[in-house]
Amino acid sequence: MSTASKDKSVLTPGAFLIRGLAAGLIAGLLAFIVAFAFGEPYVDDAIALEEAAAAQAPADEHPADHADEDEAGMVEISRDNQKSWGLLTGTLAIGTALGGLVALATAAVVGRLGNLSARGSTALVALIGFVAIALVPFTKYPATPPAVGSGETIGGRTASYFALQLVSVLAAIAMVVVANKLRGRFEAWTAATIAALGYVVIVAVTAFLLPTVNEIGSFPADTLWYFRRSSLIVLATLWATIGVILVALVGRLHDRAIADANRRQLAASI
Amino acid sequence: MSQITATPTAGSVAVPVVPLLKLGTWVVFFGLLAMLAIFFVSSDQGAVSLFAGNGVHEWVHDARHLLGYPCH
Repeated sequence: MSTASKDKSVLTPGAFLIRGLAAGLIAGLLAFIVAFAFGEPYVDDAIALEEAAAAQAPADEHPADHADEDEAGMVEISRDNQKSWGLLTGTLAIGTALGGLVALATAAVVGRLGNLSARGSTALVALIGFVAIALVPFTKYPATPPAVGSGETIGGRTASYFALQLVSVLAAIAMVVVANKLRGRFEAWTAATIAALGYVVIVAVTAFLLPTVNEIGSFPADTLWYFRRSSLIVLATLWATIGVILVALVGRLHDRAIADANRRQLAASI
Repeated sequence: MSQITATPTAGSVAVPVVPLLKLGTWVVFFGLLAMLAIFFVSSDQGAVSLFAGNGVHEWVHDARHLLGYPCH
């Protein structure tokens, strides 16, 4: 009976994915609005500082506008485009990608985490996603505004950032599996606490071993803090929106799956 | 991960779960697609370049900074 109902279930990977993409798209849009309103003023401040520094540098190749690498054949995109359409492109792409990934991760755990409901499981995945993908890498390698960071170290900094992010995500997945296994032996909360502690130890050791980046120089501390705070708010907006919308969408999908299963069982019993 | 079938949660009805094997193919294909999208926004023409130039970098520049990726 259970295999037959499984085959006909509305709980398909595609059904999860499409809901994740929708949630991610809305999350990307909201993240854009928040980033534009609360983040862009500090990006502008940082670029103004960068330009002032470049103007003071004697006869340098830096033009008066924002340019990262000074090589020939580079395109010029206006600040107005960067802070509107460019920013929107980025937040929509990241939002949709993350929304889809969260939805597929949710599909893997719904119905498999003990008594946790579909809505609860979805919220848990989004929360773990925020911590593992955004928050933990941020603690070691926080967002940096333009003008902070040397072009020569971008390779190492990028590698370190993604190394920490990768370890963090893999550790989070592993610890969810561990918590689920421990659930048989301990109480659910104890199992979750042990797994969470395991995650913290893994990412703490990894973060400790990875190189520290300090290229702030004489960049003003207040602008740096405001920028980082706004970056964190943008990330929180993105993840919270994915979580809230996906909880609603997956919750309704799961309700339908249960109703279908109920109906099928009733039909079978007649 | 192994195929673990959930115990019934609501009443006596077996609540269906998504078969992990079926989900796996979706994860692989969408995972690659998502990685590609994340790569273009977060890293292309920064640490590594798939396309020459700086058009991608400049276009998503502000998102890269504000979403916390190392930019320059």
